[in-house]
Amino acid sequence: MTAISTGSEWTFDLIDEYDKALRDIAVNEFQLDCYPNQLEVITAEQMMDAYSSVGMPVNYHHWSFGKHFVSTEKSYKRGQMGLAYEIVINANPCIAYLMEENSMTMQALVIAHAAYGHNSFFKGNYLFRTWTDASAIIDYLVFARQYISRCEERYGIDAVEELLDSCHALMNYGVDRYKRPQKLSLAEEQARLHEREAYLQTQVNDLWRTIPRRERDDSAKAAPRFPAEPQENLLYFIEKSAPLLEPWQREIIRIVRKVAQYFYPQRQTQVMNEGWATFWHYTLLNRLYEKGVVTDGFMMEFLQSHTNVVYQPPVTARWYNGINPYALGFAMYQDIKRICEAPTAEDREWFPDIAGTPWRPVLEFAMKNFKDESFISQYLSPKLIRDFRLFAIRDDDRDDKLEVAAIHDERGYRRIRQMLSEQYNLGSREPNIQVWNVNLRGDRSLTLRHSMHNRKPLEAGSAQEVLKHVSRLWGFDVKLESVDADGSITQTFSCKPDVTAMV
Amino acid sequence: MSHIIDRRLNGKNKSAVNRERFLRRFKAQIKEAVGKAIKGRSITDIESGENVSIPVKDISEPSFHHGRGGVGEHVHPGNEEFVQGDRIKRPQGGGGGGGGGKASNEGEGEDDFAFQLSREEFMNVFFEDLALPNLVKTQLMGIEEMKPVRAGYTNDGTPANISIVRSLRGALARRVAMAAPTLARLREAEEDLDTLLESDDDNGMEVRERRRHIHALREKINHIPFIDPFDLRYNNRVKQPKPTSKAVMFCLMDVSGSMDEGKKDMAKRFFILLYLFLQRNYEKIEVVFIRHHTSAVEVNEQDFFHSRESGGTVVSSALNLMADIVKKRYANSEWNIYAAQASDGDNWDSDSANCGKILQENILPWCQYYAYIEITEGEPQNLWYEYLRVAGQHKHFAMQKIRSPADIYPVFRELFKRQPATR
Repeated sequence: MTAISTGSEWTFDLIDEYDKALRDIAVNEFQLDCYPNQLEVITAEQMMDAYSSVGMPVNYHHWSFGKHFVSTEKSYKRGQMGLAYEIVINANPCIAYLMEENSMTMQALVIAHAAYGHNSFFKGNYLFRTWTDASAIIDYLVFARQYISRCEERYGIDAVEELLDSCHALMNYGVDRYKRPQKLSLAEEQARLHEREAYLQTQVNDLWRTIPRRERDDSAKAAPRFPAEPQENLLYFIEKSAPLLEPWQREIIRIVRKVAQYFYPQRQTQVMNEGWATFWHYTLLNRLYEKGVVTDGFMMEFLQSHTNVVYQPPVTARWYNGINPYALGFAMYQDIKRICEAPTAEDREWFPDIAGTPWRPVLEFAMKNFKDESFISQYLSPKLIRDFRLFAIRDDDRDDKLEVAAIHDERGYRRIRQMLSEQYNLGSREPNIQVWNVNLRGDRSLTLRHSMHNRKPLEAGSAQEVLKHVSRLWGFDVKLESVDADGSITQTFSCKPDVTAMV
Repeated sequence: MSHIIDRRLNGKNKSAVNRERFLRRFKAQIKEAVGKAIKGRSITDIESGENVSIPVKDISEPSFHHGRGGVGEHVHPGNEEFVQGDRIKRPQGGGGGGGGGKASNEGEGEDDFAFQLSREEFMNVFFEDLALPNLVKTQLMGIEEMKPVRAGYTNDGTPANISIVRSLRGALARRVAMAAPTLARLREAEEDLDTLLESDDDNGMEVRERRRHIHALREKINHIPFIDPFDLRYNNRVKQPKPTSKAVMFCLMDVSGSMDEGKKDMAKRFFILLYLFLQRNYEKIEVVFIRHHTSAVEVNEQDFFHSRESGGTVVSSALNLMADIVKKRYANSEWNIYAAQASDGDNWDSDSANCGKILQENILPWCQYYAYIEITEGEPQNLWYEYLRVAGQHKHFAMQKIRSPADIYPVFRELFKRQPATR
């Protein structure tokens, strides 16, 4: 086979050819299951636009996006940062942006990475399948934007902006983490049936109603709690239960909630998602090279940028900024493949069920059924821990020194794996805050409860700020209590609503 | 199947609305920054963007997160020397070791959020204070000052701009060029036919053949279109700034003790506005600063706004100085003379009548426009009444008493109405 192209200039025909070549390998050779692709060529300015509305092609207007845009623009113009090579949108068809400035090699890299890597992840991973609806998201965002701009016309930009500010502050607490079991609606159905029967019964027993009944002793029974059980989706609770909100306000809360829910899987699968896309651009482009479709120059350029992407600076480096999800994810998928193809004795001991089996189904299974947290605790191998020279530090505020809890040795592997997995657990990374109680009989105040994990307190300044937003939405007093493992309250915040604000 | 779409031609300013929302939200801070900038800048350098910075804490969007304390466990790559059980000193400041969420409230987190206001945005904020009517705003922003000028022909344009002569000339040339070879063959064939007809042989078949050939050639020539989209030429017009001339602007200000910083700041806006207006209409502008208390001096801008004097006030000293300068330096007719005077209204009692006289005799006859503002809260004094009398007689003398920047504009109302560049 001869090379598709030799220069660095791209044309639409070339993009098409590379895409066909990549598709051939991805779909026919490796059976990647993807949404149809839509590759859009855009300019750098358009890339900045896309950036600042969280990567979505349409979104409602809000100052925070403008702020993001202003700062991106500033640092881009000063040359402090390059723009990301790619943005890809989890939609059906899957939209991937190619920047005009990219060379042909980079375009091919982006196509492989985004249009086949991320794309197949969006389609396959269980979180995305459960929580996002790829075919409807763009339409929904169009609806959201129109709805919100209609509200702005009707109720004023300020009113809408305030509401959105408050919603954004609670965005991370506007997601459902578990699908409610289907039988709940069945239970409802039964309850309704029960009610109807009871009603019929009262009709029958009408005779008895004239008999005087004894006053029931209510004081012994505690006042009914509302909500009956703590709720973790604060925005949902507010949308459904805040007493003073207008219908349009509830609808806007709902919009923010939906958007948050749409992005929730992405936040939980950073390592997996980027790793998967990186693994596939690496595999696909190498396959192209093996087939002789691309030149040596192409490979050199590609490898140079690939190496940059998967570089993990050590903790001692000045530019160390945590673990690079691209590096970790890529290394893990490569490692799984290695365990399948050439397992060592250690691998056979640690991964008896996958060592020596065909790698493709194993990888597919790993991609589909995990999130970062569980993926790491399932697949991080001792070899990788050694390669990365991972070590764990325990920081206890009751101890005057930090302690090295584990390093890459026989005693430390499991501990490190468990701690790293915990580090990617959104549930413990973010404070666990739930709706605890509403004082129905009294002042209608809302009480939120923060269950402390590892004695970690809330950051007081921001908590107070967020609480202001909560009280703006709720319309009455709001309290927040931090409760430690023993159930005693360690921190409390409270906030009264600004009466003039939301009338 | 992949779908490739070229989106580069779609608008690129999708974020313009969001940017505008952002500016709107932080209007107070931006206004303050612009106000500061106006104070710091020279009158003649008012028209560029401005860097604005806003404290990060005003701009941040809060969310719940963990604070310091409790137990944190973190995994890092690149272990070099540690073994399990090692105890390390806790790094101070925002180092890599310890619990998360440190950066937000301490140390480097406090940097201001800085960004650049574009020229338009800057001017909009500036104008907002002055309560300018929209028409004037666009005029000052320099939108109306372009004049279309002929610049040859182009191959595309709107039908209204088609140049008929050029198009037809092109079409004719094309018809000639395209028909030429066919025409030559036609002549040949006709000659052929003539010779055939002249010979006596019986060659009816051949004659008919030739005739058909000639007919075909004629048809071919007829099929050349009379005019083709390719021939069309359009008049091209480019926009050029209007030709302009020279102007001089006199800034007169009372700097006696009663003019405090606030009043001077207001006066500065007044001068800026006149300067902006002149800039739109004249290619070259000179600015002369004259300050006075009991006597007047010509100074540079720095001294004009920032040095303090005290003592009494004799307005006529400044007027005399101005009249002198006009005579000496700007006497010839190519200079358009504008003057702006700011004062708090105090004047030596017997001097006011004198002022009116100098104005009417030595200044107003040479001036395009003379604007006077009195920055005061109190009752008008005799200078005001004297000037009122002058204003009654001269249409190009404008005066106004102001308390806030929004009162400045009416002084210039006449000026902006008149479009004096055409004079």
